[in-house]
Amino acid sequence: MDRTLTHSSAGRDSSRVIGRAASPQTVSLVVDSMHCGACMATVERTLRRIAGVQDARVNLSSRRVNVAFDAAVTGPQPLIDALAREGYPAAEAVETAGKQDARRADDLLRRLGVAGFAAANVMLLSVSVWAGAVSDMDDTVASLFHWLSALIAMPSIAYAAQPFFRSAGGALRARRLNMDVPISLGIILATAMSLFQTMRGSHQVYFDAAIMLTFFLLIGRYLDEQVRIKARGAAENLLGLKALTAAVLDADGRVERMPARALAPGMRIHVAAGERIPVDGRILSGSAEIDESLITGETLPRMAGPGDSVHAGTVNMTTAITVEATATDDNTLLAEIARLMHAAEQGRGQYVRLADRAARVYAPAVHILGASTFVGWMMAGAGWETALTYAIAVLIITCPCALALAVPAVQVAATSRLFGKGVIVKAGDGLERLANVDTIVFDKTGTLTRGEPVLRNGADVSEATLAAAASLAIASRHPYSKAVVSAARERSVAVAAAPGVLEVPGSGLVAPCASGGELRLGSASWAEDGGGAAEARAGSLWFLDAEGRAIALDFEDAVRPDAAETVSALKAAGYLVCLVSGDRSETVSDVAGSVGIDAWWAGVKPDGKIAFVEDLKARGRTVLMVGDGLNDAPALAAADASISPSTAADVSQTAADAVFQGQALAPILETIRVARASQRMSLQNFAIAIGYNIVFVPLAVAGHVTPLIAALAMSLSSIAVTVNALRLRSRRLALESIRRAS
Amino acid sequence: MSALAWLIPCALALGGLGLAAFLWALNSGQFGDLEGAGWRAIQDDGDKPLPPED
Repeated sequence: MDRTLTHSSAGRDSSRVIGRAASPQTVSLVVDSMHCGACMATVERTLRRIAGVQDARVNLSSRRVNVAFDAAVTGPQPLIDALAREGYPAAEAVETAGKQDARRADDLLRRLGVAGFAAANVMLLSVSVWAGAVSDMDDTVASLFHWLSALIAMPSIAYAAQPFFRSAGGALRARRLNMDVPISLGIILATAMSLFQTMRGSHQVYFDAAIMLTFFLLIGRYLDEQVRIKARGAAENLLGLKALTAAVLDADGRVERMPARALAPGMRIHVAAGERIPVDGRILSGSAEIDESLITGETLPRMAGPGDSVHAGTVNMTTAITVEATATDDNTLLAEIARLMHAAEQGRGQYVRLADRAARVYAPAVHILGASTFVGWMMAGAGWETALTYAIAVLIITCPCALALAVPAVQVAATSRLFGKGVIVKAGDGLERLANVDTIVFDKTGTLTRGEPVLRNGADVSEATLAAAASLAIASRHPYSKAVVSAARERSVAVAAAPGVLEVPGSGLVAPCASGGELRLGSASWAEDGGGAAEARAGSLWFLDAEGRAIALDFEDAVRPDAAETVSALKAAGYLVCLVSGDRSETVSDVAGSVGIDAWWAGVKPDGKIAFVEDLKARGRTVLMVGDGLNDAPALAAADASISPSTAADVSQTAADAVFQGQALAPILETIRVARASQRMSLQNFAIAIGYNIVFVPLAVAGHVTPLIAALAMSLSSIAVTVNALRLRSRRLALESIRRAS
Repeated sequence: MSALAWLIPCALALGGLGLAAFLWALNSGQFGDLEGAGWRAIQDDGDKPLPPED
């Protein structure tokens, strides 16, 4: 017996091994630069040409490509490299709950289809009955039509309205009331009562209203889900593209590239100049200047040598180093930041969404109104049947159909407008929270400034010198070298790579000059070695030209082009604008002065930033935090609302409610404008929905609402609400001033 | 009124056909990429892997 079992399991194992020889695998790659059919065709064709790739299929809406490949022949990295050669930067997608969301949206769409089919057919029959009531339709035909409606509507409602029933059931079990309770009650009562009236051959039949209600409500639910999926997908794509790959050295000194998240403690990683360090670790060999602005907000790089520890997310500015990954346990900086963030997020408090706040008032009101209609008519001696019919009419009329569409429709319009401007709103309630802010706290490095060095004293440097310096700099990946090249390009100086450029790690670049002598670009001591007179100072490179003159090139972290404009627009609208940075006082005061911020604080640590935000909140301010660094992440989570640039650290992007792309700060203004407008429109929509109720509820309570009026009122209010929301897509908006709290 | 006897089943059948077509399209993933689907119609390539270029 035992032997047979062993034998059979061995047999199964061997078949699995044979299966593994072909080892088919799929991967989802983010290719964010695909925009049209031509891109799509190129990407698919490029991938299908690679040996081992079985299939490649682009999803243009989500900017991803699903590749099925044979893991024995190829892997994700060669695929990414091949796409990069075609000019499409790609990265492995971060797999999250996205698939589950997509399944839920599909499920809603399926129910929507069924409800739509049923609604169309039941309306067809209902319209005939209404028309028949004023012409020659006899009661038998009307009754037949009612029975047909029942046959179509009841199974459809039982299937399509399940999401509402489930949500209402969950709320009731938790002894709460949500919007879905009156919805479910309305749908169920209307259906049951209609069935009873159909059996009696009466005219008070509401199947059409019940199924239309389900249909409209499902539209709102589906729109809500779509907004979330699109925002999350876009945010994940951004993160995926920023995901680092690391050059891991194995025992023989061979280099293998692998994604940073696959790194394990003890691995040795080669970090070239200009690259981001992928893990927390210790330098094994080499010493370099490390740009830690992402973590500390400090613009000046720190010198680190063998044995020094370095943090993930910092940039190696000068020479190649080898880093050993240290344990990724709770002691890493990232874990510490994550802990601070978690604590801060709880401090954000339980923000209650507008629709839920409305539901808290509305749901009990509807129930009380329905119940009192029933009791009132009973007391007036109308009989339980009439009383119940009128009570149901009240429930159907008041059913928050327009209310449930009001906010999702506005959200769709608002997020799609912002999406077009390069702003991705991630949190569902993000827009609502953004609309309420009155204080804006900026971080400096990478937020008000570009976070990369630019040449400051370009005006003092002649074009010929700049061209010569750039001809050396083009060979290097150092951020300062890149700044020299882009400064030359900006002044439309032709940049030709100098022949024979040699990069001396830690010092600079040298190239032989055509007229004899040599050109040097690098540190002060490097220029002095070449015979020039240079003095060492922070944030500078020295260029030694053919005549042996040393010319200083000073760099600074330039302020974003429209920062001053944005700040003054915000101040003019009555917002309180602050600048809080981890950088040194002189640098911060320079930037604050140049963009026009009076309230600034320097040398603030991550926990200090949280304390700052909490302090503002305690004084009754509603705070919007705009920041990018790891050191900002806890403050982003602590603030009432938060925005990050798309160049921000992963953690910060995850913590932020919205992410904006591009060099300009104008998207922040646009986001606030749209958020405030969408808040206003949501309220307008509530007003429209309630306006309908004010007209129709008295009619319903008085017993004058026929099925025709119920259906008309419901459809019209839903359409009015949707049309109002769509206006947001193309309207010109001005930044309105807020009333300033003293 | 006897026309109703076949008109109503006809109407329902046509509606049902539409619903069936929608559900089929949804289940076969045709709503997964509404942007790309438009472009695919004007593409010449099939879905098969291509031979390596060199």
